Amino acid sequence: MTDPVIEMRGITKTFPGVRALSDVSFDVRPGEVNALVGENGAGKSTLIKILSGVYHADSGAVHVGGEAVHFAHPVESLRAGIAVIYQEFSLLPERTVAQNLFLGREPRTRFGLIDGAKMRAETKEVLALFAAAGRIDPDRTVGELDVATQQVVEIAKAVSTGARVVVMDEPTAALNEAECEELFTTVDTLRDRGVAIIYITHRMREITRLADRVTVLKDGEVAARFDAVPAPDAIVRAMVGRDIEDFYAPPATPEEIGETVLTVRGAGNTVLHDIDLDVRAGEIVGLAGIQGAGRVALAMALFGETPFDHGEVTLNGAAVSFRNPRAAITGGVGLLPGDRKSEGLVLMQSVRDNGMLTSRAFAPLWASDRRNANADTGRMDDLLDHMEIRAASYDQDIRALSGGNQQKAIVARWLSMRPKLLIFIEPTRGIDVNSKAGIYHLMRDLAREGAGILMISSDLPEVIGAADRVLVMQEGRITAEFGHGASEQDIMHAATGEGEVAA
Amino acid sequence: MSIAEDAPPRKTGFRFERWAPLILLVGAFVIYVGIALATDQAQYLTFDNLIAILGRSIALGITAIGQTFVILVASIDLSVASLISATAVLASVVMDGSPAMIVPAVLAAVALGGVVGVTNGLVVSGLKVNPLIATLGMSLIIQGCLSAFVSNFAGEVPEAFQVFAYGEVGPFPLALLFLAAMAVIAWAVLKFTKFGSDMYAVGGNEEAARFAGIKTGRIVVLSHVICSVCAAIAGLYLASRLRSGAPWIGSDGVYDLESIAVVVIGGTVLAGGRGGIWGTMAGMLIFSLIDSVFNIAGVDSFAKQVLRGIIIVAAVAFYAIRSKRIVA
Repeated sequence: MTDPVIEMRGITKTFPGVRALSDVSFDVRPGEVNALVGENGAGKSTLIKILSGVYHADSGAVHVGGEAVHFAHPVESLRAGIAVIYQEFSLLPERTVAQNLFLGREPRTRFGLIDGAKMRAETKEVLALFAAAGRIDPDRTVGELDVATQQVVEIAKAVSTGARVVVMDEPTAALNEAECEELFTTVDTLRDRGVAIIYITHRMREITRLADRVTVLKDGEVAARFDAVPAPDAIVRAMVGRDIEDFYAPPATPEEIGETVLTVRGAGNTVLHDIDLDVRAGEIVGLAGIQGAGRVALAMALFGETPFDHGEVTLNGAAVSFRNPRAAITGGVGLLPGDRKSEGLVLMQSVRDNGMLTSRAFAPLWASDRRNANADTGRMDDLLDHMEIRAASYDQDIRALSGGNQQKAIVARWLSMRPKLLIFIEPTRGIDVNSKAGIYHLMRDLAREGAGILMISSDLPEVIGAADRVLVMQEGRITAEFGHGASEQDIMHAATGEGEVAA
Repeated sequence: MSIAEDAPPRKTGFRFERWAPLILLVGAFVIYVGIALATDQAQYLTFDNLIAILGRSIALGITAIGQTFVILVASIDLSVASLISATAVLASVVMDGSPAMIVPAVLAAVALGGVVGVTNGLVVSGLKVNPLIATLGMSLIIQGCLSAFVSNFAGEVPEAFQVFAYGEVGPFPLALLFLAAMAVIAWAVLKFTKFGSDMYAVGGNEEAARFAGIKTGRIVVLSHVICSVCAAIAGLYLASRLRSGAPWIGSDGVYDLESIAVVVIGGTVLAGGRGGIWGTMAGMLIFSLIDSVFNIAGVDSFAKQVLRGIIIVAAVAFYAIRSKRIVA
């Protein structure tokens, strides 16, 4: 067995008031994938930041290639051959692929000018390693590429700098199924070339598919170390410290499903066509499909952000045509956006203020606590209590909360408006396992209280597990419908419209 | 995982950002008293003198209240100085010495402010023009039109209207009380009305605000209207004080840049979504105290400009470093 290229021993890191890591040891060898898993706040990011020189460990040692190192700055770890691919890419969107790959180390001609031809040629060479190579023109602007392709460029950049260790922080978070498959191939390529890979993820399927070894962190300590990939249950148990029972809430019983809340007939706009859709009170309808299939466009049409331009929409028996989100909210629709930070939250405001964003927007001009329910902070606090939000205080800035608790605050925002139809877009993106279960049960509770729920998710097991019915979209149309318990293969098949299914 | 999730939980309780303008204000006051005593000029420490110091900042204070609203929604207004000149001239010309014309003149000035504000707001929120450019363009347009018609003091403000600038209620100048009242109203609007909470939301995250059901465009237009109307009121005040309007009074007072500086020193974040009126008032007081310190210390007027520049940048750097520490 080869010697580890990275060896971290007894790493301890304390922030004021919090022990983020205590006595953590971790290593990775050339040509293997060590999956680093754990709930949010378990210490994964802190460990990676110590490895890359962003933070300094209070005690413990880091060895790279057998030598002890003390990185004072991320540049030093980069020079030592450690590349971290963060979720937010470090690419310049307005520059070309080649310019990005050689950023800061552009080849020069003998006159000292940038050698564009050489840069392009070398870019092609590096990209040739990846399956996506055919699609990527070195002269294309990075901003024009889709997220998955940008990720390939980011990884290619790491490879071209001669990285021996590549760290990937939840790389599939923004990818659809087909793109994930492509990423897995890329990871395989890196492994075959002898690169050591630290792969951070929440998803069991990726661990099973990719990992050679698994390291589980919990509360800043190594909870388990597996030299071969164990059954998913064993990993989950190590992550949360107990078995997760009833991960998904049970599906609706026939008695729980009530009147039709939403009816859409023959509706469409520039991207949506012939949409027929029914959502009944008490049921959760899942919307599956690949990225760009029109799921988010459908949500935005129902919410009035990019309205339908023809067709009929009936909400609670009344014909409606929402021209903007405010009209949709007045009509009884709520929407939890897919990107919490950029579309859902006002990060610099408190938990309570974020919860009250919508109700205050609908309060009368002079809204005081006592005179108007929409301005009643006490009522909001009760709702937040009911959601069991973990925060030091509701006056705390919401940015300090975990993803799950932030999501609950947005749910509380909608609860205060008593919507008839709630649209969840990627409700558990970037949320840890325990909180995911909480969100599923919350959705089920909302349905039981009589709301119709439309859930858009790129996580197939989630759509299957949490929804009572699954609709599949493709190219702006609803192309298939499945009852509870459909298989991933069936849905993928319908979503891609191909005989061959990448599972 | 984001940086924030790894950060230690923040202690609640004392929040430095909220009190920083007050700390700076107390600091400025201590320096003022210190310099006055050190240079043996205790006569500057009387109540009357302090009131006089405040009196010099009234136009700036009124303008800055308006500027606070636009900066809170992540916009900005560079057209206030030109608008001040325009409304001062307009009011003075309409009045032309006749007390009967005071009401029409005030209405005309406020209406002009309203039109400019609506235009700025629509260009920023509807046409999506960067607010710096939109309001800079508006400023050039107003100044150009104004210069085409008047080149010197125009019209005359009747005695009755000069009360606005020179009247006194007990020991206090009327205008100072007026400014205080405006600040209280602005504070109440931001604190207690849905417009206030909508403004913080739009400035904090426009996308999230729209998804929460706020008509974000309207909020931006509304805050521009508030800002421009405030500038119009500042123009009326200056017309009253100078007894006539002239096309240079706004730009001479550098009300555009100074009002922005005052708001920022007062702790309102240029990116929007955080800040408030009391910070702006503290910023205004800090500015006038600094001026007075320079006066009694006998600093030459060019050096004064340099020092003011340094103080503005230092104050903002101070906030930036503090808020960085909170995040990281």
